Amino acid sequence: MAGTAVSRRLIWRVATLVGARMETPTARTLVLQVPDWPGHLPGQHVDVRLTAPDGYSTQRSYSIASDWPGDGTIELTIQRLPDGEVSTYLTDIYRIGDPIELRGPVGGWFVWRTAQTSPVLLLGGGSGVVPLMAMIRARGAVRGRQPFRLIYSVRTPQDALFADELARRVRDDPGLDVRYVYTRKTPEAWPDPPRRIGVATVNTYGWPPEFEPDCFVCGPTSFVETAADILVALGHDSQKIKTERFGGTS
Amino acid sequence: MGIISPGFGGRRRSSRPDLPPGQYLTHDFPVLSAGPTPRIPLDRWRFTITNETGTRQTWTWEEFQKLPAEDVTVDIHCVTKWSKLGTNWRGVSLDTLFADTDTAAEYTMVHGYGGYTTNVPLEDLLDGKAWIAYRFDGAELEPEHGGPARLLVPHLYFWKSAKWVSGIEMMNSDEPGFWESAGYHNYGDPWREQRYQGD
Amino acid sequence: MTDFMVDGNAMAGDLREIFAMDVTAATVVCAGCGWVGAVATLRLWGHPPGVVARCPHCEQVVLRIVRAPDRVFLDLRGAMRLELPLSS
Repeated sequence: MAGTAVSRRLIWRVATLVGARMETPTARTLVLQVPDWPGHLPGQHVDVRLTAPDGYSTQRSYSIASDWPGDGTIELTIQRLPDGEVSTYLTDIYRIGDPIELRGPVGGWFVWRTAQTSPVLLLGGGSGVVPLMAMIRARGAVRGRQPFRLIYSVRTPQDALFADELARRVRDDPGLDVRYVYTRKTPEAWPDPPRRIGVATVNTYGWPPEFEPDCFVCGPTSFVETAADILVALGHDSQKIKTERFGGTS
Repeated sequence: MGIISPGFGGRRRSSRPDLPPGQYLTHDFPVLSAGPTPRIPLDRWRFTITNETGTRQTWTWEEFQKLPAEDVTVDIHCVTKWSKLGTNWRGVSLDTLFADTDTAAEYTMVHGYGGYTTNVPLEDLLDGKAWIAYRFDGAELEPEHGGPARLLVPHLYFWKSAKWVSGIEMMNSDEPGFWESAGYHNYGDPWREQRYQGD
Repeated sequence: MTDFMVDGNAMAGDLREIFAMDVTAATVVCAGCGWVGAVATLRLWGHPPGVVARCPHCEQVVLRIVRAPDRVFLDLRGAMRLELPLSS
């Protein structure tokens, strides 16, 4: 029950990796069994803590990629960063059967609830698509009718997370549209040169402000600033724009 | 301690017997700030010592550059657990700056451009223990590391080495600065691991 | 205001250890300028153990969290008021 996601005392739990798959050559989805998981809302995240034998420890936050059908595992999709202290461990070293400490679910603001009736506009940059994917999956699981549009900015087609699943859902989940923005390299025969997200793209492939969509913007900080500014410039109500910044550069 | 993550090593580091308790050695220089980096043009930069009666001594950048300066090599220890050994700085000793200061007060509040404050007892700034540093590793101190000038008081945790230093205010009684009032230790001796209030 | 990295969403875990409910969805009134917005939209600076959340409008400090191993300090003097929704 979604209500329990925000009312239990928050503790660090030890989860176990029970499955893993590569989404791209540099991104890995972790399937985690978490004891007594209270359930979560799409958009929420977990804090993960790693500890080395000498006691050194460090922490990172990762959005939950999966929706919650009521039981089972949760999934995190980790983008490997070249100098990433934690991401390289999670993509390259962390093995099935190994424990991991995590705290969550947390974050009650950047969430979408299947009971919301407005159209939804999702703007994701890079790994910022992960919490947005949880929203798309949750909508699919309940056969939600809310019109959903995702504008997903990636460097190259090879960097796109969940590409096959998104294509399948566009085909099978009525009312879902996805538009890619390629910033470094486009696919063959793409009509535009590589470029960052701009007003024209959001205007064409998003929802008009008169539809009063719920907007979710997630990704590197510079992407979020740019995309949120575009939404405001197009006339979207800033009260309906929710943002989550992942830090780092775009 | 949390459960050990099998195979996790973390950033290149070591703990060594000559480090304060709980610290790890780093080879880079992490940038940690409590707010946006202030940009202070040198023609507007001032350093001011204000004594407990309000009397001020002020130096412009030009005047400051004419003061005798020292090259020092010190170890620095951050409350976030990183230590960096053998860092090279150039700066003016607080002994030089306080040479003509008329004060009976024992406590100071160090101020930075941008509003940062940290309290340091006067005796921890004198007798060769602290500098106003403006060069790091042979180059101008970069804004992200506190340039044009920062306080350098290496025997205390590095949050006491206020970046973008603008002045020192004498106080008759001790008052906590920005981080001290938020929960960091009032004094901050890394060798006694004084990280938080109550430690 | 361009070199902060993350927003108040990143504090959700630490705040959730203190409060029995999510606080990122709470609205906060900045004691500096009167700006009203979600805690999730504050701009975060610093690095654990010390994190500073600043007002996106006037940049003043709204709250500070210092997390020691066995206790948490929460300084709320920059927040005039928090309004927390009671049903999720």
